[in-house]
Amino acid sequence: MRITKLQGCAALVLVLSQVTACSSLGVKPWERDVLAKEEMALNAAPLDNRLDDHIYFSKEGSSGGRSFAGGGCGCN
Amino acid sequence: MQLKQLANISAALAAASCAVLGQDAQAGTVLDDWQFNSAILLYNETDRVSAGEAILSARGDFGDDKYLNLGLVVDALTGASATGAVAQPGVQSFTRPSGKGSYDVAPGDTPLDDTFHDTRVQLDASWEQPLAPNWRVSGGGHLSKEYDYLSLGVNGSVARDFNQKNTTVSMGLAYSHDTISPEGGVASGFAPMLLRSNFADDDSYQAAFDATRDRADDTKDTVDMLLGLTQVINRDWLMQFNYSLSMADGYMTDPFKLVSVVNSNGEVQQNLYESRPDKRTKHSVYWQNKLHLGGTYLDASYRYMWDDWELKSHTADVKWRFPVSEQWYVEPQLRYYQQSAAEFYLPFLQQSDSLPQYASADYRIGKMSTYTLGAKFGTKLAAGNELSFRIALYQQNPEQDGADAPGVLANVDLYEKVTAVMAQVSYSF
Repeated sequence: MRITKLQGCAALVLVLSQVTACSSLGVKPWERDVLAKEEMALNAAPLDNRLDDHIYFSKEGSSGGRSFAGGGCGCN
Repeated sequence: MQLKQLANISAALAAASCAVLGQDAQAGTVLDDWQFNSAILLYNETDRVSAGEAILSARGDFGDDKYLNLGLVVDALTGASATGAVAQPGVQSFTRPSGKGSYDVAPGDTPLDDTFHDTRVQLDASWEQPLAPNWRVSGGGHLSKEYDYLSLGVNGSVARDFNQKNTTVSMGLAYSHDTISPEGGVASGFAPMLLRSNFADDDSYQAAFDATRDRADDTKDTVDMLLGLTQVINRDWLMQFNYSLSMADGYMTDPFKLVSVVNSNGEVQQNLYESRPDKRTKHSVYWQNKLHLGGTYLDASYRYMWDDWELKSHTADVKWRFPVSEQWYVEPQLRYYQQSAAEFYLPFLQQSDSLPQYASADYRIGKMSTYTLGAKFGTKLAAGNELSFRIALYQQNPEQDGADAPGVLANVDLYEKVTAVMAQVSYSF
């Protein structure tokens, strides 16, 4: 099990290093027309995400990932 | 008409604030640099919890890429919540967690405590600004208060852009300090749930009850760390990777949850208050993709979480926005979640076994899968304002994990499914 976890981390590091090292990735500043749209923002609907995170934090055994897992009770 | 009124709220607030500040009430002079988001959510589980939550957030532009974010959340909760005790073929009596009052549960029904009603208010604020070319920093804090719970926290993050802002690396830290003060005090681990009917008078019951409570409140400290990498892949594709570490130290037992002790025929002999470890370290990796596909916008993410309670989970979340006219869009949403049980999760304890170090029968840390199926409908209004509606069905499917149900437990539902409906209205102005 530990080896699997280690392998998973190694694979992730490999992917990350490939993504960051590859110089063909990315766009020129004048090619950001689509990326600049609010629909393309990583957190395009912050209140939806916040409400969802609160519900799932209260109802499931996991939290965080997108942002901090944080404190809170979730006792119900 | 109604929409027009809503659209004027920003101007009205601006005018009001001008008046408060003693300035000329020229609408828009102060709040023009503020963007407001508001939402109301109603959450309703069949026969269980109902909740309403309202959020107002404001983002002020102070120029030079400096922003102040303020948030206010109010939520109210009422209804019945599973106690962790098992269903039985006969009527069962339970004492409320406060020790005051009792309730009966019908034969075959999953025991639910119907005394939950709480109101929470949360305030948060953060400030963000550039630090140097390609560097951004932010810092903030939150305060969350409900009847028996207080959470205070601070957070900070720093981000650095590389490669013509196509790559961003970020690191964040957060600390929160929580205090829980359940009514009637904190039950000691595996304290028995006492029934008033087993005592001759109120005084002897109260004395015995007080003996099961060893403190009025308890605390929990949580430190979170988040490492992020954002990468522009091409003109239509943006990707985010996060690794997060969360270390919690303190009281993590749910003071309202029970574990039933059953005999070899599955009959409940006693109900004990649950007991969880006072440390938990969680890790998660999160991968999000934003894609522009032929005029539509796809948001697809995956999270894998694991912790030292041996709880592991997979979460896949997809939101796909389709413009249907110049103003309107529709966004179907699908989320699937699956978790394994925490190592100390037990649906019940066997009388013949010795008491474990920790045990919880809370299905929320048991083996479970859930899915959410929803849709959002939004429209852009004048002056960049936006109105949207969201509706979703949330289904929880707890599953059996090992433990066979002895005797009478074979004929009751130990892993009851929970269905909830969520409805939300949002307005940005």
